[in-house]
Amino acid sequence: MASNEIIMGMAASTLGTPVADASDLTLGPSGTAYETVIGLEVHVELATKSKLFCSCANESGAEQNTHVCPACCGMPGMLPVTNKRVVELGMTAGMMLHCHINRTTTFDKKSYYYPDLPCSYQVTQWFAPICVNGSVHIETSKGGKDIRIKQIHMEEDAGKLVHSAWTNTTMVDFNRTSVPLCEIVSQPDMRSAEDVVAYLERLRALLRFAKVSECRFERGTMRCDVNLSVRPAGSDALGVRTEMKNMNSISAIERAIAYEVKRHIDAIETGSEELVQETRGWDDEKGVSFSMRNKETAADYRYFPDPNIMPVVIDDAWYASVEAALPDFPEVVRARYIDELGLSEYDADILSGSRACSDVFNAAYAVCGQAKETANWIISNCLGFLNRKQLTADELDIDGTALGKLIKLVADGTVSSANAKRILAALFDGETDPEAYAKRSGLIIGEGADDLVPGVIAKVLAANAADVEAYRGGREKALQPLIGKCMKELRGNCDPKALRQQIIDAINAG
Amino acid sequence: MYIALDDLILTKDLPTTGGSLMLKGYYSPFDAEVATRLTGAGHEITCKAAVGEFACDLLGETNFMGPTVDVDGNLCGGDIMVLMNNDAEAVVGLDVNGTPRRSAAVSNHICLKTSYGIVSRYGTIPLACSGESVYVTGVTSATCQDVLESIAGHDPKDGTSLPQERCVAAATPGEVPATVGVCRSLVEAAGPDVQARIQKVIAKLEARGVRVEWVDDSMLLAAKPAWNILMPAELCNNVSRYDGVKYGYRSQDYETIDELYTNSRTEAFGDVLKTVILFGSDVLFTHNYLAKYDRAMRMRRLVVERFQELFAQYDALLMPACSKLAFTPADVEADKFIAFQENLFTAPASISGLPALVAMGVQFMGPHGSDANLLRLSASLGACAWKEV
Repeated sequence: MASNEIIMGMAASTLGTPVADASDLTLGPSGTAYETVIGLEVHVELATKSKLFCSCANESGAEQNTHVCPACCGMPGMLPVTNKRVVELGMTAGMMLHCHINRTTTFDKKSYYYPDLPCSYQVTQWFAPICVNGSVHIETSKGGKDIRIKQIHMEEDAGKLVHSAWTNTTMVDFNRTSVPLCEIVSQPDMRSAEDVVAYLERLRALLRFAKVSECRFERGTMRCDVNLSVRPAGSDALGVRTEMKNMNSISAIERAIAYEVKRHIDAIETGSEELVQETRGWDDEKGVSFSMRNKETAADYRYFPDPNIMPVVIDDAWYASVEAALPDFPEVVRARYIDELGLSEYDADILSGSRACSDVFNAAYAVCGQAKETANWIISNCLGFLNRKQLTADELDIDGTALGKLIKLVADGTVSSANAKRILAALFDGETDPEAYAKRSGLIIGEGADDLVPGVIAKVLAANAADVEAYRGGREKALQPLIGKCMKELRGNCDPKALRQQIIDAINAG
Repeated sequence: MYIALDDLILTKDLPTTGGSLMLKGYYSPFDAEVATRLTGAGHEITCKAAVGEFACDLLGETNFMGPTVDVDGNLCGGDIMVLMNNDAEAVVGLDVNGTPRRSAAVSNHICLKTSYGIVSRYGTIPLACSGESVYVTGVTSATCQDVLESIAGHDPKDGTSLPQERCVAAATPGEVPATVGVCRSLVEAAGPDVQARIQKVIAKLEARGVRVEWVDDSMLLAAKPAWNILMPAELCNNVSRYDGVKYGYRSQDYETIDELYTNSRTEAFGDVLKTVILFGSDVLFTHNYLAKYDRAMRMRRLVVERFQELFAQYDALLMPACSKLAFTPADVEADKFIAFQENLFTAPASISGLPALVAMGVQFMGPHGSDANLLRLSASLGACAWKEV
């Protein structure tokens, strides 16, 4: 592990490991069976506070050109200073995907002209990427297999072009320039759309769990290019490869793969078109891919080492600290919830499906010691709360220790469960001490409310004479609305059993 | 002290053009670190000194406003013009391709190209980043020493900046070099006026009791071809940001984005720069990279290693700064790319990041961080711009 040797990723030609399942083959019109070979390049936006080489905020959705400085809009004179957190997240991603981490990693410049690229070069890693030679295990209907990772490298994102149809002008938004990305390059080990979906979902789960990236296609924080070719079943040679871009959901990727496989096979069998190595875009509305640029028109990126960025050297202490902060794999967490804490598979799936939920659960459970209760609180109350705000489980932002204290307060009868939900709302607003909050707000059972009870009962009985008469006439059920109304007046702040007895006593006395 | 900055040092209050029409009227939103340090040390920045277009020429002749020529009709750098006009007592700028050293050599001024990493490059127009360093030019060694002490120091905004103690050590005078090696091949490659000047300086050194020996410097000749590959490659990449989209010159004549790029750059850039861009782009092409850029990097390492061997034996090396002591506009008309020949003498210091001091029309080099010691050497020889050598 401590080797200082820089290892480049394995060449894609070291093929042969995964054997195609018969059901992965596609029959052409002639009856020949074809095997699809797919490798992916996945970009994830790293969850850092600031950009890769300057201190501008890494925050999407802000007003255009508000997170910019002379450095990330390409003005001369600013020098890049590498964000250490980016390197840590790169290492974390590599560790989650069983990669070798290069202890000396360098940055290179990739040159091309585009208005959203302010320096006309992108800083990326070409010669010594941070991680190489990893693997991701996937489970599909055909069983399990490993998809090999060629390399993971860090790079900066480009800006965005915004076209105005009204004025027929194009404007540039530099908020996203220099936002840190990791590009995860797989070997061509996938054989079907099912493999691709399983790989992407697994990758997403691992990177989210390690808090490397939020990995959301719809927000562009996860993007995927599909390199695809077909070949007759049993052949070792690779067919002509095309690269597809612009797919913004997993289902669009599935559709694009199906289309492209058919296009390749038709081209081979009917000669309807000549297959060329090219970059293609995917139009999801029309359901077709289209040529963007081919080998002849492709830019030569003229990579060379960036002399302004010193090589990043990862010493043993730094490596160990990142390794120590690594989370358990989600399935390990899930197994622990089921085997050690006795949670149901359903509960364990949800809690281990998101690092945020799992962190809150662990912290809350450590305080209250009640696994099932804690799971219920998170799944029905907390997630319900997020749901109403149209947020996902990954965005659960609540102090787990405080939640544990709250669960304890309910369990020992200090607060009623109705009031506990009001306290929970306060926890979502950042309150960290539920007991203090309950005291402040008069939500503790019996406390401060005792004196009010006789008055409230008298008032409610006076206003609901019909129910009182009915009870006197022997209808036990008539008591229920009276209890409810008193409870409401007392804002839930009393023990229902004691209240019932006091009402009976009051009616009998009256 | 009144100080001028060359036009590669970005300032908020004065425009910074880099000598190019592309940046005519460009005001930087921030000050360069050297500018901040100079004013912080109580100096006053009086003006900008003209430079050749993005500093890749011989003596500033490719400036978009035309060359600067002295009273004798010789080419003269913009930095020297500022000093001759008494607009400043010293000039601080960026030595990209040896121009300021040549400029000082032909005008008998003192110019120190600092060791790489001891003066922040934050706020300098980036061109050939792996070999460009801040320089100081003045009339006397003492002036340069004063300025050096004001600008040397660690800067966290520059990732290549060295730790503070190394910066301070480089700017603190120590021993005057007692042994000087004279670079035989480089001296032989220079013209008779320069060779005669070298002999005069050797005599002065020996008169001061300095041990002078001729040394085998043949490996240092590799610096020129290597630098002539690396410098255009880096420069081509760094000036690619000037595309007419965000700031600077924009052509009025375009329909498509490609035409916007091409026409803006075609109209705003001069011939020498265009050639450098094309050449630099070519050496970085994928199929050329190993044969050209990568090989140049290996040659760079060999040159650095040879310097290490030489500085194990000598405190300083003596070599020419240019092939002759006067250049006329006719010289650059005959060969626009004459600077790339003259790089024979300036590239060794550029490519190695070692300090170089030009005084009395010749060049001294020392080990990394010996900046102040080199200034002591020129001071001990009585070098001064107003004194005949």
